Amino acid sequence: MEANTAKFICRCQEITEEEIYKAIEDGATTIKGIKDRTEATMGLCQGRTCRRLIERMLPASGEPSRERYSCRPPVRTVKIGDLLKDESSKGEFE
Amino acid sequence: MNVMETDIAVIGAGPAGLSAAIQAARSGAKVLLLDENKAPGGQLFKQIHKFFGSKEHHAGVRGFNIGQELLKEVQRLGVTVMLDTVVYGIYEGLALGVVHQDNHYSIKAKRVILATGGQENYMAFPGSALPGVMGAGAAQTMINVHRVLPGNKILMIGSGNVGLIVSYQLMQAGAEVAALVEAMPQIGGYGVHAAKIRRAGVPIHTSHTILRALGEKEVEGAVIARLDQNMRPVAGSERELSVDTICLAVGLNPMTELAWMTGCQFEAVPALGGPIPLHDHNMQTTINGVYVAGDIAGVEEASSAMEEGNLAGIAAAESLGCLRSDEANAQKDIYLNRLMALRTGPFGEKRRLAKEHLLEAMKHASADRVSS
Repeated sequence: MEANTAKFICRCQEITEEEIYKAIEDGATTIKGIKDRTEATMGLCQGRTCRRLIERMLPASGEPSRERYSCRPPVRTVKIGDLLKDESSKGEFE
Repeated sequence: MNVMETDIAVIGAGPAGLSAAIQAARSGAKVLLLDENKAPGGQLFKQIHKFFGSKEHHAGVRGFNIGQELLKEVQRLGVTVMLDTVVYGIYEGLALGVVHQDNHYSIKAKRVILATGGQENYMAFPGSALPGVMGAGAAQTMINVHRVLPGNKILMIGSGNVGLIVSYQLMQAGAEVAALVEAMPQIGGYGVHAAKIRRAGVPIHTSHTILRALGEKEVEGAVIARLDQNMRPVAGSERELSVDTICLAVGLNPMTELAWMTGCQFEAVPALGGPIPLHDHNMQTTINGVYVAGDIAGVEEASSAMEEGNLAGIAAAESLGCLRSDEANAQKDIYLNRLMALRTGPFGEKRRLAKEHLLEAMKHASADRVSS
């Protein structure tokens, strides 16, 4: 029944509109602020679905800024093991 | 970690990226084209409709055929194409963090062309997380690329060109489209596409919205309602539709994560889909050596994405000394004129003004310098 009535903003982490507004009330002004409080944008899609919705819920600000959007690597899901492979690992790209 | 070097790295092998790679490689630059998908072409290969415009813009040619032409040219010119390749970050000195087939690469490029494209907007309403709610683009990929019908009875939210074209293609694929819903008082896309839908007897409800999706475990229906002048649902106008699939065609937004990471300046331009990296006529951002082309530079269409890709490819090659400036300028003029031609008419006008606003803002922006 819950899926019927709740309004999910972040589908991956199942964070509702109400929870996002609560985080804003708590002082969040950036995507990171929301992320720290709710774990929204931290699911499989890494915010590709909800980031824009959350941005529009945040209190209005002037120019779009790097802080407000807080994009940082990795921007796609990658395996930590792949990043940690050492120099001797196979696969020089032809 | 494997270290690679290239003159020009193009991120995204859609219409913009393919065009940029072609232009840059033609001038003799060493070009690396990267895409996270297993096949190149971006959205071109799911466009089974014929393009409009003039001969230069491939009018009358179906999207996937344009993609095949571009791809053939990329291969002929010897561009290195890395597919199934994720660029997860951009670091100082234009070093790209890349993962390709479980291997980690650092790719150092003299120039980077970001042609990452756009992504579909999501819309939240009660029930929007139910299976059966999906982007219209996702539905289009399912029918035209994977040949899978996402559902039998469809409600389409949005009547822009994506909503209209995908509705028609869903019908061609064998689904029934129950209705299109449009929040604005008028249809968003081209009349020629809307006419096809109406001729097939599908209603387009303007000044309407979806209130909620119905269903326990998956979509079993939807409630729509009329909107008043203040975009508020009119009490008593609710109507229940029996559908198993709800497609969202409520616009696209530019995929800008990598651009943010370069530190380039942005400007919020709602008409182009959100915050857009400032860029000049060369498609260069406020960071030297970083270019944008296609939907990341403002959501438009495949035809304009190709022309912006052409411009970025020529300009990046020129900046490396691969083209003389008189040669480059003569070529750029051709593509700038073609872009102007695309941005005319009642639909193009809004985009032209938005783009001009960006160029104006760029003039006032301080050009940051990075060593490259």
